[in-house]
Amino acid sequence: MSLVREHEMHKRRKSRNIGLGGVLILFVTLVFGLTIAKVSPLMNEVTAQNETSQ
Amino acid sequence: MTDFSANQYEDEASFGDYFSLLKPRVMSLVVFTAMVGLIVAPVSVNPFVAFTAILFIAIGGGASGALNMWWDADIDTVMKRTKTRPIPAGKIPAIEARNLGVALSGISVVMLALATNIVAGAFLAFTIFFYAVVYTMWLKRWTPQNIVIGGASGAFPPMIGWAAATGGIAMESVLMFAVIFMWTPPHFWALCLFMKSDYDEAGVPMLTATHGRRVTRNHIFAYTLLLAPFAIGLGFTSIGGPIYLAVAVVMNALFIKGAWTIWKRKEDTSLDDEYKVERSFFKLSLAYLFLHFGALMVEALLPFGLGGW
Repeated sequence: MSLVREHEMHKRRKSRNIGLGGVLILFVTLVFGLTIAKVSPLMNEVTAQNETSQ
Repeated sequence: MTDFSANQYEDEASFGDYFSLLKPRVMSLVVFTAMVGLIVAPVSVNPFVAFTAILFIAIGGGASGALNMWWDADIDTVMKRTKTRPIPAGKIPAIEARNLGVALSGISVVMLALATNIVAGAFLAFTIFFYAVVYTMWLKRWTPQNIVIGGASGAFPPMIGWAAATGGIAMESVLMFAVIFMWTPPHFWALCLFMKSDYDEAGVPMLTATHGRRVTRNHIFAYTLLLAPFAIGLGFTSIGGPIYLAVAVVMNALFIKGAWTIWKRKEDTSLDDEYKVERSFFKLSLAYLFLHFGALMVEALLPFGLGGW
């Protein structure tokens, strides 16, 4: 009996692996982006305060 | 591995099957109304934070959809419309849908609270609880008014969007909630009138089956009348304006006219023309909601102070 190299099952597993990988990359990007968006205004505030105190 | 041994994996789920557990079509309404709630709020939000907030509100909505599919797996197996869903089709075990729903609920609530504020996060948690527990587990199989009270969970997203921006609740956000809340019963019952559904076999009490089509027509007309003051009243708040008010007046007049026609109709007449009026009322209800929230967004986004009062 011949082996079937690419079964429908493999396609589905591949789609799950790629999908999950994409979701994880998206999540990391979101957390990074959120950090930048949240921290940037605070950094500007600190810089402004330092400039006034000097 | 032979072809034969691979057959046991025939029904393995793809990524799309897991995604469909989140009810993407329902998510699109959540995204739209939450986005409007966030945009019309009087506090400006960093665009990236706003995007993240809407995304996590959508994921929270999707999580409650997965929990709904887990709990209703027995009903979905019986009904023609739902038996191709991933759980009844045997692609995903019900327990996995539950785990995905719980995990996504936790992630979306925590992330929304961290990205915006605790009030928005708590609101999202309450919405998921309301849809998954109050509607799915309690009301759906118990009372024909299930869609009325359960409709609240679909009405919360603009309030969550508003809370994400302002950190609180206001008259405007409550009125946006009221519009969707009062709109849901006529929208859904119009669908029930012309859709041949098998809710009866599944043991779900729908108004058309428990109280008859005449009573359903009465209810559609009553709720449409009650909806109009909320929809038009929203036009006089700080987020309304002449464009919204014009849209609201025209759409509510058309909606009431449609409901009046449905109310006057005899069942035989509807059967003869295959529920033509009911079908067009259902389509009108979709346009009704889209145009109301679209007009609110236009009022908020028009440049040079042209929008709003």
